[in-house]
Amino acid sequence: MKVLVAVKRVVDDNVRVRLKGDGSGVETAHAKKAMNPFDEPAVEAAVRLREAGVAEEVVAVSVGEPGCEEVLRTALAFGADRAQLIEAEGELEPLGVSKALAAVAEREAPGLILLGQQATDDDAAQTGPMLAARLGWGQATFACALEAGEGEVRVTREVDGGKRDVAVPLPAVVTADLALNEPRYVKLPSIMKAKKKPLERQALEALGVDAAPRLDLLEVSEPPARPPGVRVDSAEALAERLRNEAQVC
Amino acid sequence: MATYQPPIRDQRFVIEELIGLDRLDGLAGVEPVTPELLGAVLEEAGRLAGEVWAPLNRAGDRQGCRLEDGRVRLPEGFADAYRAFVDGGWNGIGADPQRGGQGLPEVAATATQEMWHGANMALALAPMLSAGATELLAQHGDEPLRARYLERLVSGEWAGTMDLSEPQAGSDLGAVRMQAVPDEAGGCYRLYGEKIYITWGEHEAAENIVHLVLARTPDAPAGHKGLSLFLVPKYLAAADGSLGARNDLRCTGLEEKLGIHASPTCTLRYGDGEGAVGYLVGERHRGLYHMFTMMNESRHKVGVQGVGVAERAYQLARDFARQRVQGRRPGGGEDVPIIAHPDVRRMLMAMRAPTEAMRALALLTAAEMDTARHGADAEARERAQRRVDLLTPLVKAVATEQAVEAASLGIQVHGGVGYTEEAEAAQLLRDVRIAPIYEGTNGILGQDFTLRKVLKDGGETLAALLAEADETVAGLRGAAALSGLGDALAEAVAALRASTERLLVGGDDPLAALTAATPYLMQAGLVLGGWQMGRAALIAHEAVQAGRGDTDFYAAKLHTARFYMRHTLPRAHGYTPAVQGGSDELEAVTDTQW
Repeated sequence: MKVLVAVKRVVDDNVRVRLKGDGSGVETAHAKKAMNPFDEPAVEAAVRLREAGVAEEVVAVSVGEPGCEEVLRTALAFGADRAQLIEAEGELEPLGVSKALAAVAEREAPGLILLGQQATDDDAAQTGPMLAARLGWGQATFACALEAGEGEVRVTREVDGGKRDVAVPLPAVVTADLALNEPRYVKLPSIMKAKKKPLERQALEALGVDAAPRLDLLEVSEPPARPPGVRVDSAEALAERLRNEAQVC
Repeated sequence: MATYQPPIRDQRFVIEELIGLDRLDGLAGVEPVTPELLGAVLEEAGRLAGEVWAPLNRAGDRQGCRLEDGRVRLPEGFADAYRAFVDGGWNGIGADPQRGGQGLPEVAATATQEMWHGANMALALAPMLSAGATELLAQHGDEPLRARYLERLVSGEWAGTMDLSEPQAGSDLGAVRMQAVPDEAGGCYRLYGEKIYITWGEHEAAENIVHLVLARTPDAPAGHKGLSLFLVPKYLAAADGSLGARNDLRCTGLEEKLGIHASPTCTLRYGDGEGAVGYLVGERHRGLYHMFTMMNESRHKVGVQGVGVAERAYQLARDFARQRVQGRRPGGGEDVPIIAHPDVRRMLMAMRAPTEAMRALALLTAAEMDTARHGADAEARERAQRRVDLLTPLVKAVATEQAVEAASLGIQVHGGVGYTEEAEAAQLLRDVRIAPIYEGTNGILGQDFTLRKVLKDGGETLAALLAEADETVAGLRGAAALSGLGDALAEAVAALRASTERLLVGGDDPLAALTAATPYLMQAGLVLGGWQMGRAALIAHEAVQAGRGDTDFYAAKLHTARFYMRHTLPRAHGYTPAVQGGSDELEAVTDTQW
């Protein structure tokens, strides 16, 4: 089985992002970038499947600016065998990315596609489900455990109020929760080897995909500052305010 | 929040912009390094350092090491953290690929080493000492010995130590008494005696420990010239590298130290039974000489250690100053975080500016090492080696002096809590206080720098560096906004030239150079640090003007450079009277007057 794993390049978790002056978005041009943290367990899971002999090949794919090569090299250093960069300039939305990934999937014919359940920049959590729908495959989102079986994957999903076990026939799309596994520390020799692994570049247009943005972004603003705390006189007053103002229970 | 964030942005600035990766082009046998590769290597090393090594630092200090029946118990998590480092291939980062290393240039290796020390100095000493032993074996060991021991030392599966000191032989190793008696039948030597202050001398984080031991053969002349170097493994290794019998040596004590509690400092007894099996490394009676070829490199690493701990102290103090609310600014109504107070800002910059200057010098020295080892032509190699020789004692001594000062300021920023063990600040000062002492005290390095590296050289190598500093001065004066920095640097360079001139001319005071050595070294360190900060300011200024890249970083670099020129560099002038004054005053003090 071949496993396709999609990775996104986002502003590094540790960076405190700043708004652009005109409220049109977040300053990202020179902020430090890294692999979307939710994609790391997806890559890790893919590599573990190959190490366990379940998968024969792991192909990492990313859609975006040429700089995305960086996160693909990271995926290769984790242990992916080869990588594909679908080069696209400008804003990309989950819909466009899912189209591009579907085009890659049709060509690569993987048995399983893994990706992060959401990305830390827009938190949309849409790319995986859109991709599965587009391909007509089953999907298991928010995976916190994954086991490959005969012609299916068994996935434990994080759901409200607990966990749900599902079995999805292959081919399938699985999106990873952070709890899926603990991604390895990449070894130096793996980084050195990753330099030499094949990385194929292709323009988004060449896939015949229309990824033009469909959404209008009205404004991006800082969350309102938290109002200062107040001291209440009694437990009753506290309960009263919790009920009426904070809308707790 | 992470306790330590490896300073990757500044390291990349130094390596990619201040030094330039193109310097590495054409070096034979060195892996080519692109910015992407450098970034990936530093990010991944930084992850392990920040997430695994750094969180163990405090608990390691609290728990310390224990000796039980000759076995050393490390603090919790240390053995696993060491193995994660070895498994990650980080130990062999700069080593020859033929021996299982990764062949990356020293300049990249040095940047990762700063992170290990910043994250956990006590643990980082294990690979640091191993590196010295590995280098000695690689350079001077015969092929059968290398075949058996080298590859596992490169990987870090086996650790290495340097066994030099004995109770009566510290800075003066000529007094070493350890005996090495030829054992014709065994094809080896048998060692008898005691070594002290052996860093990571015994532990079980690695399968085996390979000790490089200075000892005296029966025919040896007294003093320095009678010492030979021996490889003494904890477990004897078979030709295929498999572990054999336990050798006749044991750990009989651990030092109780001011700091680096998680680093076991051992007393090792050799040959209480049949004699510890040892193998000669290099030539007989040339042990100290072999040792010194390696010593220079490990001194550089101690300087890097100083940079690492100073950076950590700075981050800790900065983070504390951001969240500690106390007092108001003049005219302001609200209580403010103490980072708003001018004197706290001054202290934070006084920690940061010299640290960045020494990081630049340490990495520059590493880049010179790369040229010295792998440069295309002999002339370039020789020139680079002379720079390495000159800069190494300077980086070691000045970076460690400044690290102690930074760690002390870190406590000061914390106020009262900094003096308690509740904050990590106190530990950092206790830990780093060893750095000016070991691998050659800073006093000895002052002599090495002044007598051997400057005077013996006729001041030529230093003069060449100062000629480059003149170019930096011209560049700074050429940019209106930076001309003040150029003037400050010009004055400091002139002061260092005057000091050098004075020492070169000499006179009838035979002790003048020895008295001047340490102040002179400190002066040189401040000035050459200023040269690097001046160069950094030029690049940063250009980037800010052009709106290139991460302008916030470059603007911060400019602020730091300005602070250095105003607050740090002027100290260089304070050393002038001591450098020029001669020995008369100190020599005049009689025994009863002390």
